[in-house]
Amino acid sequence: MRPARGGIRLHLEDGAEFPGASFGAALDQPVAGEVVFNTGMAGYVETLTDPSYRGQILVLTYPLQGNYGVPPARPEGSIEGPFESGRIQVQGLVVQHHEPRFSHHAGVRSLGAWLAAEGVPGIQGVDTRALTMRLREAGTMQGLLAPAGLAPADARKRASAVEMRRQVFEQVVPGAPTRYGPENGPEVLLVDVGAKDNIVRSLISRGARVHRVSGLEPFAEAARSSAGIMLGNGPGDPGDLQDLARELREVMEWFRGPIFGVCLGNQLLAMAAGARTFKLPYGHRSVNQPVRDLVSGRSFITSQNHGYAVDEDTLPASWEPWFQNLNDGTNEGIRSLDRPFRSIQFHPEAHPGPEDTAYLFDAFVEECAGS
Amino acid sequence: MRRVVSKAPLKPQSVIVLGSGALQIGQAGEFDYSGSQAIKAFSEEGVRTVLVNPNIATIQTSEGMADRLYLNAVTPRLVRQVAEDEGVDGVALSFGGQTALNCGLELEEWFRDTGIQVLGTPVKSIRDTEDRGRFNARLAEIGVLTARSIVCHRRDEAREAARTIGLPLMLRIGFALGGKGSAIVDTEAELEAALTNIFGAHDTKQAQVLVEESLRGWKEIEYEVVRDRENNCITVCNMENMDPMGIHTGESLVVAPSQTLNDEEYQLLRTVSIRTIQHLGIVGECNVQFALSPTGADYRVIEVNARLSRSSALASKATGYPLAYVAAKLGLGFTLPDLKNAITGVTKAFFEPALDYLVLKAPRWDLGKFQEAGTRIGSEMKSVGEVMAIGRTFPEVLQKALRMLDIGVKGLDSRAFEFEDRDDELKNATPRRVFALAQALREAVEAGRVPEAIEEIHDLTRIDPWFLHGVAEAMRTEAEVERGGWPIPEATLERAKEQGFSDESLEFLTGRARGEARAARRAAGVGPHIARIDTLAAEFPAETNYLYSTYHASGDEGVGLPAGDRRRILVIGSGVYRIGSSVEFDWCCVNAVQAAAELGFETLMLNYNPETVSTDYDICDKLVFDEVSVESVLDLVEKERPDGVVVSMGGQIPNRLAMRLHHAGVPILGTSAEDIDRAEDRNKFSALLDRIGVDQPRWAHVTDVADAERIVEELGGFPVLVRPSYVLSGAAMSVAHEHHELARILRKAKAISPEHPVVISKFEEDAREIEIDLVANRGEVVLWAVSEHVEDAGVHSGDATLVLPPVDMTIPTLGQVRRIAQQIAKELRVTGPCNIQLLHRDGIVKVIECNLRASRSLPFVSKVTGRNYARAATRIMLGADPGMEHRPLYELEHVGVKVPQFSFSRLMGADPLLGVEMASTGEVGCLGDSFHEALLHGLVATGFRGPKKGVLLSLGPPRWKHRFVRTARTMAEELGLKIYATSGTCRVLRESGIDATEVARVRSEQRPLGAGFDRPGPLSALDLIDRGEVDLVVNVPVAFDPEGRPDGYLVRRRAVDRGVPLITDPSLARHVVTALVTHGEDGLRARAWNDFLET
Repeated sequence: MRPARGGIRLHLEDGAEFPGASFGAALDQPVAGEVVFNTGMAGYVETLTDPSYRGQILVLTYPLQGNYGVPPARPEGSIEGPFESGRIQVQGLVVQHHEPRFSHHAGVRSLGAWLAAEGVPGIQGVDTRALTMRLREAGTMQGLLAPAGLAPADARKRASAVEMRRQVFEQVVPGAPTRYGPENGPEVLLVDVGAKDNIVRSLISRGARVHRVSGLEPFAEAARSSAGIMLGNGPGDPGDLQDLARELREVMEWFRGPIFGVCLGNQLLAMAAGARTFKLPYGHRSVNQPVRDLVSGRSFITSQNHGYAVDEDTLPASWEPWFQNLNDGTNEGIRSLDRPFRSIQFHPEAHPGPEDTAYLFDAFVEECAGS
Repeated sequence: MRRVVSKAPLKPQSVIVLGSGALQIGQAGEFDYSGSQAIKAFSEEGVRTVLVNPNIATIQTSEGMADRLYLNAVTPRLVRQVAEDEGVDGVALSFGGQTALNCGLELEEWFRDTGIQVLGTPVKSIRDTEDRGRFNARLAEIGVLTARSIVCHRRDEAREAARTIGLPLMLRIGFALGGKGSAIVDTEAELEAALTNIFGAHDTKQAQVLVEESLRGWKEIEYEVVRDRENNCITVCNMENMDPMGIHTGESLVVAPSQTLNDEEYQLLRTVSIRTIQHLGIVGECNVQFALSPTGADYRVIEVNARLSRSSALASKATGYPLAYVAAKLGLGFTLPDLKNAITGVTKAFFEPALDYLVLKAPRWDLGKFQEAGTRIGSEMKSVGEVMAIGRTFPEVLQKALRMLDIGVKGLDSRAFEFEDRDDELKNATPRRVFALAQALREAVEAGRVPEAIEEIHDLTRIDPWFLHGVAEAMRTEAEVERGGWPIPEATLERAKEQGFSDESLEFLTGRARGEARAARRAAGVGPHIARIDTLAAEFPAETNYLYSTYHASGDEGVGLPAGDRRRILVIGSGVYRIGSSVEFDWCCVNAVQAAAELGFETLMLNYNPETVSTDYDICDKLVFDEVSVESVLDLVEKERPDGVVVSMGGQIPNRLAMRLHHAGVPILGTSAEDIDRAEDRNKFSALLDRIGVDQPRWAHVTDVADAERIVEELGGFPVLVRPSYVLSGAAMSVAHEHHELARILRKAKAISPEHPVVISKFEEDAREIEIDLVANRGEVVLWAVSEHVEDAGVHSGDATLVLPPVDMTIPTLGQVRRIAQQIAKELRVTGPCNIQLLHRDGIVKVIECNLRASRSLPFVSKVTGRNYARAATRIMLGADPGMEHRPLYELEHVGVKVPQFSFSRLMGADPLLGVEMASTGEVGCLGDSFHEALLHGLVATGFRGPKKGVLLSLGPPRWKHRFVRTARTMAEELGLKIYATSGTCRVLRESGIDATEVARVRSEQRPLGAGFDRPGPLSALDLIDRGEVDLVVNVPVAFDPEGRPDGYLVRRRAVDRGVPLITDPSLARHVVTALVTHGEDGLRARAWNDFLET
């Protein structure tokens, strides 16, 4: 692959440039964001709508994207899959090859057409492997998608970006509280700062009723009438959610039901317990992350998408690590030794990725039903 | 928390590993890869390994692999004897294909009684997967869907089942490898015909048949799944067949990972795979095959292979995940999280590879080599080899793969073939279907109706439109290049290269001369880059150099100078396996790499065959898994600058690149390219023989059909051997016994011209062929060994039974052979390996041909003599000493016999007749104290079972009828066989006082066309075979058979179809009878190769 077949460029913070051709929405205005890569080979619809990617520029390492197209848009307010939220969340998409001629019984439009409809720019023709190696070696970087003719400095000034301390959360939290699922089911309070819709679907399919509320609003009151609390995934730096962590700590003092956290929920629960989080060099974003259950000894393949991790050494004595990543040894879950509070760093709801740890939802909903 | 922990088994001390035997259709080189990995995995843990595998051409049967090696049949009796003699306490069944598995299943009780532990998957689980009724029931227990099916044991049951399920139907036979005996039936008539095939014309055959709903047109998807004893599970890879259900996966174009599945479907099948193998209790590796509905998330599990398979070898190469190695460790009781990811060295074996490229596997067929064989492909496997291409787009990998097949195409070439009825070709696939696709889509591009054409083709083929779009994409580029002329615009050139067009193809499309495309793209700075396969899509750095080249990469990985002052060599691999070139050349290449590494060289390996050991990334310092062509070698050499390139170890494919590489300045190791050419060019070689006074059969070029008769006269009359020099693919050589036959052959040879002459040579009758394999250093022979054919001359050397040392040759003749070989080696300044084929009759020796490269028989010669010729040759080419002393043949206290393996039973309709064109798909090599002992071992190892009831003799030419009398008498009197014979043969036998029953070959109603004579007698030969009255058929065809003698063909074919041993060479038949009398099949004992070699 050789440079510059016209069109646009991906600029990295360290000065590297990756030329390519535009697809999806026209790049009228440069976009900026943290550049992250995902190594999953299928599942672009789920991935692109995952709110955890809010504000980021996503690189997909599998070279062919768009093969099976995209299903029709779902109605307003629906939480149907394969969409994980109501819109494409990324700032921009970087691929090696976009396949405009899709083929699938469920597909009605191309990936590019979908990006265009949602105003999200894409760049293709990039050696995504070379780009990934750079991100692996230098760590995650800020990046910029800009027209080829524009100098990076100018582009940066004009670029649209998501403010990642506060705005990013505001953009992904639900509006008014909503309830889903069977009315007679045990009510689970989903504290949502960007939770994937499949967390809701995973709970209601097991008989739970879900009360989905914004994690940026106080939720203690709602917790009083709930059988259990689910802490969902979300974008950004958990360190910017100190208010949420503080309130969670207070709730944990009196809450009798089970609490279960996923991804960002793992970091929030750890923070509430008194532990710290730190930023990984380039995060875990793939559907092939091996984790080991330190209690049972069993290992599982999991879907992951996170840039921060819990520092196990800072866990208080009444907590213990629950899961561990077999690749780099980082924490993948924690649990309280004396309370039914636990959380995991990976995504048992999958979408995309393996469903091997879905049993964790079974256990949680059963506990909610019993509490 | 669910905790599933079984007690860790005690690690065995000594394990017997069962191999797969000779290569055959449906069971090929992939099991050399899996067995070799298993032996390595066991040895690392200090476990003593005992290997039983008669396939002498494999890496696994090499010195330094198993601690003890038995080159004999994998049969229950012999395996049991070896296990007892060696005192093993463990057995590995899953690395030797269906052969090993079936043998292990038969010995299950004995293993249990003697306390021999079956490693890995328990036998009960294997049985659950092998018996279809049981399999469906087991999966139903967990709600996993299988195809609706009914097990039947009788014709009426099968008819009833067919009514219940409804046509169309799939009929399958249990315990079969490679889909043998399965068929799709659309009509009542087809159903009846298939049932006759299964149960016999008179419903006399015992069989189990599965009548199953037909899922033709569904997507065919496979998952490779691994599970350890603690229930940890991963899927290493999934694969999607481009050809949907209805075409055997071994016959399909297959991509990995799947391309048209969304996450929901991908995970649905993944989850079902894992639930299935957890429920079945697999420990190790297995393969789950699915049919997936193209219109919704509906699936059926088609089958589970509870062992390493062709697909698992492919998945290992596709991902870099060493499945066989890991499976072996799991069999010892390790768990997945215990083991490291061998590629990264830091992460664990418990993970699922993420690919940032795709691969495509394409099968290679050789159907043209077989007379009468059908050309359709379907639910039975017929292919003899496969290739794997790596790249980043579908057109790229497809074009690469099609070139790798070495069938004379330049890629997805729309003009490669002409089709009489293209729609029929698309609907009823043959090996050329993909070219019909290309042609149809090229026309659609010209007509501006690609979307419509894709719809039409999809209707005919059920191939997913995604793949058709990919082909259309390449055809758009083909059209653009052709229209755009020269020079090709840079953007078009780049796109063409990214889509996998070769330089040669671009030159062809634009009418340029060879080399111009390369020059143009170099001027434009367009070239490929090397990328790495690292199992994790670059998430973690890789320690290994498993590489491929692509025009989509922006820079090179893994390229650079060797460490320190090491010198670097490149070994070019054998490419695709086909009839005439298979695992033996992989053995040579691997040995070359190992020998070079021992001498301190950095080693590069270039090959693209996924069923090989040479493409294991731990065999060499750098593995480049890519095309073997002048273009790819030059690109690689420019980047890596090796000090030398080995072209003489991988057979024809690398050897024929020698001259062009040499002219391009590539340093060829060993014998010079000019000297290679002097041996390959018939005129030059013949002149050379004349000059040094070495005799050769008389021959001449025919450039004009009109001259043929005169030339035959000059050569001394018929019979003659006819060999077209220009062959695109398929059959080439044949023997002509008289004028009409010659005319017919020449007509078939098509374009005869001064550029494409036909070679006619005198065919020597009643002569014996011999081969000498040698290693020479600057023309001085260092090692040499002579093998002799058991059959009379005229049988291709690859199909002949070989004996070493020769048993039917005088010392002076041997001396002559040795002298001639030395003369030729000196004249051609041979440095490295060389093989010369000769004839001898009445003390006169003539040279037939000479190849200045490793030969098919090199591993056989090496293992029989205990001198590794490939290593010695490599050392010499690298300037070192041979590293071993020559061992004179008379010092050998044992005899080695190489016996060919045929796969006629898989090629419906093919005439199982041996001739000058090679037909065998594999071979075994066995040792014995005597020729006859070794021969019998070899025969048993290729599936021969000694006759117990009766023999059918049909002895062809009169001289053979008389010569065979003594043997026939032995059959009757010493073997106690009832003798049946066709009329002429019967008369001769009766005249000699042998009690023979006369039978007609065929009753008139048994003839397809009803032609020919009716012979008296109530029974025909076909009836005898059908009723199991004879368990050996000796059918010697008459030399010349202008009409193709349908009756003889029907008898031979029926023997093959009914699994009755068939011998068509009278010399071989005589020796077989002697061997049965002197040793007896039941008297054979296995003896370790290590012990033979020590004497």
